[in-house]
Amino acid sequence: MVAYILKRVAGSIAILLLIMVVTFLLMNAIPGSPFLTEKSTPEQIALAEAKYGLDKPLYVQLWNYIKNYCVGDLGTSLKMQEGTPVKDIIFHQGKFALSIKLGACALVIAVLIGIPLGCIAAYYRGSWIDGLLRVLTTVGVAVPTFVLAALLLVVFSVNLNWFPTLSGSLPDAKSYVLPVISLSFYYTCYIAKLMRTSMLDAIHQDYIRTAKAKGVKTHILVLKHALRNSLIPVITYLGPVLAGIITGSFVVESTFSIPGLGKYFVQCVLSRDYPVIMATTVVLSALVIFMMLIVDITYKLVDPRITLTAKEE
Amino acid sequence: MSDERKKLVEVESLRKYFTVKGNKLFEKKYVQAVESVSLFIYQGETLGLVGESGCGKTTLGRTIIRLYEPTSGRIVYDGTPIFDSEQKIRLNMLKYRRKMQIIFQDPSASLDPRMTVGEIVGEALDIHHLTQNKNERRDRICSLLSEVGLNTEHANRFPHEFSGGQQQRIGIARALAVDPEFIVCDEPISALDVSIQSQIVNMLEDLQREKGLTYLFIAHDVSVVRHISDRIGVMYLGSLVELAESYELCNHPIHPYTQTLLSAVPLPDPEKSRARQRILLEGDIPSPMNPPSGCRFHTRCPYATERCKAETPVFREYSPGHYAACHLLEQGGSDR
Repeated sequence: MVAYILKRVAGSIAILLLIMVVTFLLMNAIPGSPFLTEKSTPEQIALAEAKYGLDKPLYVQLWNYIKNYCVGDLGTSLKMQEGTPVKDIIFHQGKFALSIKLGACALVIAVLIGIPLGCIAAYYRGSWIDGLLRVLTTVGVAVPTFVLAALLLVVFSVNLNWFPTLSGSLPDAKSYVLPVISLSFYYTCYIAKLMRTSMLDAIHQDYIRTAKAKGVKTHILVLKHALRNSLIPVITYLGPVLAGIITGSFVVESTFSIPGLGKYFVQCVLSRDYPVIMATTVVLSALVIFMMLIVDITYKLVDPRITLTAKEE
Repeated sequence: MSDERKKLVEVESLRKYFTVKGNKLFEKKYVQAVESVSLFIYQGETLGLVGESGCGKTTLGRTIIRLYEPTSGRIVYDGTPIFDSEQKIRLNMLKYRRKMQIIFQDPSASLDPRMTVGEIVGEALDIHHLTQNKNERRDRICSLLSEVGLNTEHANRFPHEFSGGQQQRIGIARALAVDPEFIVCDEPISALDVSIQSQIVNMLEDLQREKGLTYLFIAHDVSVVRHISDRIGVMYLGSLVELAESYELCNHPIHPYTQTLLSAVPLPDPEKSRARQRILLEGDIPSPMNPPSGCRFHTRCPYATERCKAETPVFREYSPGHYAACHLLEQGGSDR
């Protein structure tokens, strides 16, 4: 187990390096410069680029990034107030915390509602309950987040005035409701669909019949035998979702005017704030990789047949 | 002679239809998996059930112990009707789950992969409150495991850590946990290696002798069924076509389908094998969704007449203990 985790961590570092290189190259492949505005003259641009080392060859720039990251220096922003450290922007100004808070709520909702919905649909397969849930979840997966978010905003904030239109920094419980619903709806529906399929698969297995032959009651049959055996696909899906959902959604954060990381990240790409793009990508990637590791370890807990080994077979 | 023996399980006109979606919207079709099967099983005997794949053997076995809810018919266990579609009797099965058990074909699929062997065996004990305390429970699990030839330390392992034969032993220990009287053995050996098959068959026979068990032994391998069974029933397309004492059935089959089936059993002696005339059937087995009219076997029967197409033959006793469903027999025209 320890050997397995160590091997995974080593692999993760290699992946992160690769991500840095690719991000850096892509970043530079986009035309434009962070200092390009209508007013600036070529001389001014050249001066600014020299100041931040952007005139040096690409490999030197890349090497500087990697060197600095190794000692935990994420660089300074090119666009925010002169010389604001990127670390402060991401971690200290609460952007990251805001996105995590929002995402964690959405995730909990998606799991707590999605899994039971899937079980119910599978249990009542073929009935009107199943039909209704199928329509609902298909719509949920098909409707884009921005449509749903805008719709919720118009109906519940503008017309009914139940919830604030601007969620801002999520000061109270009310401000959470609409963004969390918008963010979690897709995932809830997707998890419900996944759960239904794998639950149906499990219900038709022989060991369910075995349990029935033993005299196990129906609800225990579903909860104890079928549920445990059908969770694997959902857990697999949760890994990337976990990372994606808590690192913030640009759409939801923009619609509800939440100053989170997702919104900020997109702004940085548009304004070519290289150090911030780089740092955000690396932090998010590290998070995704970490979540994947957690998911793989969870497999082992859920399914004893899965063995985690450090050796390739 | 046989009438003095106690009938443990009696089944009358048992039907099991499965609903499937038709081609048209909202159209429902039925798979007639088991069609009007009547049989009885004496206490302490082994009734073998043979037939080709998809003929409804497994469905019949599962329906008798009500793992599937019968569509219609009557099931009597030890004198008590546990299901009767006409009198609307549907007894709660919990009490009878202690008496009727099943061993499945695929040992690895029939054991919950998330539970240890001890949990799998112990769950049945818990449901029926068969042990008073933890120590007794543990002792019971250990004795069950050793009864089927497993080690007691195997209780803490998971099913996937065992070989197929061992998994089937776990399945048997699990079925024995509740001290049943009647066990449906649903092709218990067909997923196993030949070398393991005989071990399991012998074990089942030993257990039967020790505990006075009654078996419904389902298989598609006639040789195995002949070895283990006291009486044998032959199924074709959801219906029972012939039922008789093992020796009688194997040596004097009266239904054309049984004759065909037996002629396909390999003989160990190549000389005899070459000399034997094999009856080959034409065509495929018809779909149970749309079974042939009259006698279900008439589309492939070499002796079929007009009457076979129109009229369903009755399953009746032709000589003591020898039942069959065929029009040709009534006319006395079968080449026995």
